[in-house]
Amino acid sequence: MIPAAVDYLRVESAEAAVAALGEHGDEAKLLAGGQSLIPLMRLRLATPTVLVDVGRATGLSGISVGGDTVSIGALTTHSSLEHSAELAAACPLLAHVASVVGDPAVRHRGTLGGSLAHADPASDLPAAVLALGGTLVVSGPGGSREIAATDFFTGFLESDLAADEVLTEVRVPVSTGGWSYQKFNRRAQDWAIVGAMVAEGGAGVALVNMASTPIRASSVEAALAGGASAADAAAGAADSTEPPTDNQADGPYRQHLARVLTRRALEAAGA
Amino acid sequence: MTDTLDTRTLDEASPFTGGIVGQARLRKEDPALLTGESRFIDDLVLPGALWIACVRSPHAHARITSIDSSAALAADGVVAVYSGADLEGDWAGPLPCAWPVTDDMKNPAHLPVAVGKANYAGDIVAVVVASSRYAAADGVEGVVVDYEPLEAVVDIEDAASDRVVIHEDCGTNVSYDWALVPDPDAVDAAFADAVHHVTETYVHQRLIPAPMEPRGVAAVPSPHNGDMVLYSSTQIPHVLKVMAALTLGMPEQKLRVIAPSVGGGFGCKLNVYAEELICMALANRHGGAVRWTESRTEAATSTIQGRAQRQTIELAADADGKLTAVRATLLADMGAYLQLVAPGVPLLGAFLYHGLYDVPAYAFTCRSVFTNLTPTDAYRGAGRPEATYAIERAMDALAIAVGVGPDEIRSRNFIPTEKFPYDSPAGLIFDSGNYQPTLDRAKELVDWDGRRAEQAERRAAGSTTQLGLGISSYVEMCGLAPSRTLAALNYGAGGWESATVRILPTCKVQVVTGSTPHGQGHETSWSMIVADQLGVDPDDVEVLHSDTAISPLGMDTYGSRSLSVGGTALWMATEKVIDKARTIAAHMMEASAEDLEFSGGVFSVKGSPDREVPLAGVAFGAFTAHDLPDGMEPNLEAQVTWDPGNFVFPFGTHIAVVEVDEETGAVELVDYAAVDDCGNQINPMIVEGQLHGGIVQGVAQALWEEAIYDEDGQLRAANLADYLVPSAAECIDMKLDHTVTPSTSNPMGVKGIGEAGTIASTPAVMNAVVDALRPHGITDIVMPASPMRVRRAIEMAGGGAS
Amino acid sequence: MEVSVTVNGTVRSADVEPRTLLAHFLRDDLGLTGTNIGCDTSSCGACTVLVDGRSAKSCTLLAVQADGSDVTTIEGLAGDDGLHPMQQAFHECHALQCGYCTPGMVMAAVSLVDEYEDLDAAGVREGLEGNLCRCTGYQNIVKAVLAASE
Repeated sequence: MIPAAVDYLRVESAEAAVAALGEHGDEAKLLAGGQSLIPLMRLRLATPTVLVDVGRATGLSGISVGGDTVSIGALTTHSSLEHSAELAAACPLLAHVASVVGDPAVRHRGTLGGSLAHADPASDLPAAVLALGGTLVVSGPGGSREIAATDFFTGFLESDLAADEVLTEVRVPVSTGGWSYQKFNRRAQDWAIVGAMVAEGGAGVALVNMASTPIRASSVEAALAGGASAADAAAGAADSTEPPTDNQADGPYRQHLARVLTRRALEAAGA
Repeated sequence: MTDTLDTRTLDEASPFTGGIVGQARLRKEDPALLTGESRFIDDLVLPGALWIACVRSPHAHARITSIDSSAALAADGVVAVYSGADLEGDWAGPLPCAWPVTDDMKNPAHLPVAVGKANYAGDIVAVVVASSRYAAADGVEGVVVDYEPLEAVVDIEDAASDRVVIHEDCGTNVSYDWALVPDPDAVDAAFADAVHHVTETYVHQRLIPAPMEPRGVAAVPSPHNGDMVLYSSTQIPHVLKVMAALTLGMPEQKLRVIAPSVGGGFGCKLNVYAEELICMALANRHGGAVRWTESRTEAATSTIQGRAQRQTIELAADADGKLTAVRATLLADMGAYLQLVAPGVPLLGAFLYHGLYDVPAYAFTCRSVFTNLTPTDAYRGAGRPEATYAIERAMDALAIAVGVGPDEIRSRNFIPTEKFPYDSPAGLIFDSGNYQPTLDRAKELVDWDGRRAEQAERRAAGSTTQLGLGISSYVEMCGLAPSRTLAALNYGAGGWESATVRILPTCKVQVVTGSTPHGQGHETSWSMIVADQLGVDPDDVEVLHSDTAISPLGMDTYGSRSLSVGGTALWMATEKVIDKARTIAAHMMEASAEDLEFSGGVFSVKGSPDREVPLAGVAFGAFTAHDLPDGMEPNLEAQVTWDPGNFVFPFGTHIAVVEVDEETGAVELVDYAAVDDCGNQINPMIVEGQLHGGIVQGVAQALWEEAIYDEDGQLRAANLADYLVPSAAECIDMKLDHTVTPSTSNPMGVKGIGEAGTIASTPAVMNAVVDALRPHGITDIVMPASPMRVRRAIEMAGGGAS
Repeated sequence: MEVSVTVNGTVRSADVEPRTLLAHFLRDDLGLTGTNIGCDTSSCGACTVLVDGRSAKSCTLLAVQADGSDVTTIEGLAGDDGLHPMQQAFHECHALQCGYCTPGMVMAAVSLVDEYEDLDAAGVREGLEGNLCRCTGYQNIVKAVLAASE
């Protein structure tokens, strides 16, 4: 299928992107790797009138580790995360999660910032940044601000990002404690039916596709902090969740999967 | 374990002595396909062609109250918009159904563009004509159609109840009832006397064939000359030519149909589709080329789907588990309209619900109904996967009832080798068979006993990852088909095939076949057959096909018929050419034709090896015609149209080993063995390839694929993100072996293999899944065995605490 | 708008609508019809090409995004000395039947072998997760990619 007609602007910087978004309002859409947006445009589920292509903006990609923080430019591709030795050393969970997103071709084009800004609860990377307790840096007309990952995802495909803001950087703490990502799907290329993410030996636990946003399994984290075993803590993984229903799973089955996968993730992470 | 059960690809008595047939020869088709040189339908360059896009009903069942195309007509590039009413006068008749299986079958008029009412989500209600594919897509957005939604009939039992009647003029949703009960009293008596009586009910979900190339059409008219070339991504250019000419009221001799490179079909391109007729009609109206390329979403909603049946099968057996009768009842979903051969699909399975077992009494009945869903029709195996599934699942149930293993119950019931040719209880004659070795070998390949021991260990240990083993032994009828048999089944055409073999003056060879390949490698196999017979290099044999101007006679490719019917015609035509060449050679050598032998491309006089004429000399002699026998036509060419006297019956045994994660419900295929027998193998590499792909397609029915519809008749799996065609990551290496039991239905001793993998594999996998879950008391999982279904079944059985 | 892409070593320019998919640009504007389109959702990989040396789905990329990039299509793979080793391996292993998925599968495989070292069968299977084939059951494709990676 074929996208609806659209105007196209290529911008060379985050500032220019912010200006362009401000000028064109709600009908403009930021384009980075396009791996989420273009399929939606082809199905005409997304019909922006202006695309602001930030894909080649300078200074927005790369991975750097300083002190106890890993800073990642928003345009860094999944493939770059997957293959970064630096990231594998400083935050192996994130490098691994990037390696199981979509398929290789998607990973070559898709960007970390794009995935987070798309805010799909079924995506892998938003939950990873959430489990890691990351921070998102955004630029807007008034300058830049930082948003905690826990505050960023506000609804299904919705985030705290304003229409004229651009996500520029993602910061996660250096995290080399026990980790695991249990992604459950029927085909390797598919989104997770449910995914359970454990960071830092259980200090951060996040779930994929268990709500309208990626969520932290705070009751699991609290139980672990209180000395519960992995199995006991995981039993609360689905508490107070309202997971979606689709072809692959209804709510109760997703809740069951969340418990099983969380337990497996905790065990694999040595929690 | 021996390396190979049967190292032969050819029986000793095969007619092939040239050393070419039976070899794993690489394909001629590959270089063009590997480099992008091949031309698929969307690759055609047609200057000035108009593009169409279809406005399709979003409702499964709705009256069309108004169509406003003004916004579309105002859009850039849009040339015209047509409603069903606008085009009603362009059709000489509705879209064809060629298989009225009963005299009173209900067949509602199916117009290419619906008039008044849409009967499934995807039914075409208007057509946009535009200057480009992009403009046509935009035009669709500008057509405003008002609908009055009606209640949709989605469930087939509900359809059969006639609570809502879809086609008012039919007065019922039942299209037909059909029965094959040769001796009802014998069946009743067998069930009355049965020690074991097994009754099983199975559901075949709807499947989307999903060849990687969607369909496409281009109609190129010559308005002043009155002729037209129709390009279509079709399996059946020959059938399409006849049907399109009739439907459009066009003189058949003015229509030429070309199937360019076709990117897979699996049955779904064995049809006459609305878009083909629409492009032709609009090409006439606009006086120029009109084309259309299907989107994947359209391929899901508007190309035929497969399976969609509910089955009840009953087995009667004696105390030893020896079958005494099989009774099968079917409820089949035709969808909203009858497509080309849809009513016949259940009949293609009707003769096989007793599988490869020696059963004295047999009964089959079928009811087919309309629903407000996409029409169904032939999908890889067409009827035979359904039949095989029913009997092979039920045999496992019988084994449990009798208290023997699934292997033993099969061995006790196989048709004994000495009974071939076997008069089947359904009235067929099975040509040849030797079933037990395939079961023995398949067990060996998967280490059946070792796996059984491992299964017992896991069960004893209470492992959450359980093992299951599933057997499927099958026989299928293919090589469609003897024309008189088709006549008895009310089919609207014959089952013959045509071939021409033409030796050119330079002794290169042209072959024209009526078969229409779309991935099967005919060019390679056909050239091997002819080269083997003529003693020439296969590279010197060119195979022409898929264009009705080049190959005017043909019945095309489906039902695993190409080799056993089309290949046989080819073999016969080559023999005919050799006979003619022999007469010419005899004349050239002043010898008697009976005294000549032909070997390695050379005619020689028996007993006088120095007196010889190469085929090349004969070919040139036929060309110059300077000295031919009196009355002989100056060419070296023969054409044969062959009508088979019987079907062919390939068989084999497949065994699947699965692991079930009882916590998540996930099923993983961990081992798979297939031992098949398709008689003599022309090219074993191609045979294996057909099996690999066929097996995965059948496994996909068991584990992944389902055209999920909601209660309103909306397809919830209308793209390849939601319809789970498996990738390499979900599949495993399969272990293949074979036996060679030549067919007696054709002189080459060959049987079809294109559908066998799909027919065999689905029940093997499902038997394995159920075998893994049997300790829970689970006896069935609805296909596909999705993790949620498996997990739910375990929970319902009271097992696997969360 | 004007787009200029180096395709198979030659700079090719055309005036396209911004919404033009790279796949349509290659096929309709440049006549490189070896790149096939098989789906609407970035699922099947039939349209896979190399963009700056790495696999990309050309139906999930606008031509304008590829402006200035280096694109290799299936037509650019075979050289004067014959088929590319990956094409040759597909031929020798009977890794194609209808051939529609083949250009994308071959391009994905070329990229995969270049990107990952020491691929085993499982790695090839995972690496080709985004390319669907309906004919071969993948067994011979995996065999071919392993053969070509040696």
